[in-house]
Amino acid sequence: MIRTEELLLNVGPQHPSTHGVFRIIVKLDGEIITEATPVMGYLHRGTEKLAESLNYTQIIPYTDRMDYVSAMTNNYVLVHAVEKMMGLQVPERAEFLRLIVMELQRIASHLVWWGTYLLDIGALSPFLYAFNDRERILQLFNELCGARLTYNYMRVGGVKWDAPEGWIDRVKRFVRSMYGKLEEYDGLVSGNEIFLSRIKGVGAYDAETAIAYGLSGANLRSTGVKWDLRKNEPYSLYERFEFDVPVGASGDCYDRYLVRLAEIRQSLRILEQALERFPAEGETMGKVPRVIRPPAGEIYVRIESPRGEIGCYIVSTGKAEPYRLKFRRPSFVNLQILPKLLVGESMTNLVTILGGIDIVLGEVDC
Amino acid sequence: MSGEEQNEAKRRQVGANSESERAGATGAANSGPQAEAPPPKPPSPGQERLDRAVRLLRELVAEDAVEAASINEANGHLPTIVVKNERWPQAARLFRSHGELNANYLRNVAGVDYETHMEVVYYLLNMASGHNYAVKVRTGREAPSVPSATPVWETANWNEREIYDLLGIDFPGHPDLRRIMMPDDWEGHPLRKDYVPLDPEV
Repeated sequence: MIRTEELLLNVGPQHPSTHGVFRIIVKLDGEIITEATPVMGYLHRGTEKLAESLNYTQIIPYTDRMDYVSAMTNNYVLVHAVEKMMGLQVPERAEFLRLIVMELQRIASHLVWWGTYLLDIGALSPFLYAFNDRERILQLFNELCGARLTYNYMRVGGVKWDAPEGWIDRVKRFVRSMYGKLEEYDGLVSGNEIFLSRIKGVGAYDAETAIAYGLSGANLRSTGVKWDLRKNEPYSLYERFEFDVPVGASGDCYDRYLVRLAEIRQSLRILEQALERFPAEGETMGKVPRVIRPPAGEIYVRIESPRGEIGCYIVSTGKAEPYRLKFRRPSFVNLQILPKLLVGESMTNLVTILGGIDIVLGEVDC
Repeated sequence: MSGEEQNEAKRRQVGANSESERAGATGAANSGPQAEAPPPKPPSPGQERLDRAVRLLRELVAEDAVEAASINEANGHLPTIVVKNERWPQAARLFRSHGELNANYLRNVAGVDYETHMEVVYYLLNMASGHNYAVKVRTGREAPSVPSATPVWETANWNEREIYDLLGIDFPGHPDLRRIMMPDDWEGHPLRKDYVPLDPEV
């Protein structure tokens, strides 16, 4: 007699393919997942609670540590929210610098995803290519602000450091060479039979489901929804530049892969234009009161991070510290769909689907 | 003595000035009757949508469904509506399915402890038109409770769990309300303003 038994399998929290300390408990019937329960909070540091006793400038380094793969966009969402509350003007040169580092960051973040995702699926060498090119971006950031990962670069009203001598030219050189690298990536991976058979049609959902789950970023756009906050609710200087919003059609892991690679290309386009029009001189800090006290009120500001809509909700009582600060973290919201996607899938696809969502645990747990 | 008094009066005046300046800059509050009469403000571009949403809520949900309505000017003239707690499930369905409001995307959910009461703010978006709404639901601080929006927007699920975890607000109707960030055996809800850390030394 054949006896089958339900198997309870614990994945993580310490496991390389969970991209951080994320744990998921799966119930298995043979190799098929019948139930998946995510467990989070291993990296919860109480950022929002801590922020209530810090002034706004002191909170900026905490945002670096949320989505530590994309610290620049996190910096921006906080300072942008405070600037909007106070009605501050940011000098053009500072805003250009911000936009340039945010787009470089988007490329760096997508490269980390590309490399580690292929590592998850079983291809080692793309990881080395991706991290090699990402290293050049980190080097540029290092020259700009002296840090490789947690930049603490932006300030309310501007940026902390002006670009050093020759920096803009070095970014230009990077952008030019990165186009060629993308072709190399495509040749190396995008058409690979084994790779395609692992991710095509896996983890698919339609646009309606994506919207119901509040997905954003490539997770939403892979279903064909053309929604990018840089276009739909423009902030910073994005309205001045030409770029497209790449979308997929089938909403599977393969489309998410294609969308992210296409987004790197679009970021390069934005960078090309921004570097060309970079103001030769100008201030890097606007007129900002010595103590930053946003007027009483509340605001919800959102921007397009590499992972989707990152938002900052501030309730101010007119003091130097926020009364309440909440971050809408795209990784946290995007991850919600995971249990739904896993049910009925084979165990081998767990890592493929989880990796395709592109989460950063520092942001999930905050 | 009199010098000190003068200084004190001056300081107060300066304070008042900067207060009214700030209010003027953001247009968030009236500068009060004692200030010069401000020029009449042009109607907010969000006013029409706010009025329309309020009227729909009153007509289709209940006459008393709306507790307050305002425009958040600093936030891009965002229509902000406070919905009566027990009317929220119906109001949420109306926001989601009414052809005109059609708020199919829930952007964000935030909970706030105001010490006098608690509040949950839902940021809604109509993706087709790009229209945003902020909907607030208030509750008392003793046994705080807000009807869950998860049956209407799946996005609310983990967001409400997080608010329950950190602020202690109950969400009746939620399919799986348990802690999400803190350990299961944690005592208290850290984001509450009256939260006392277990061990203040740490």
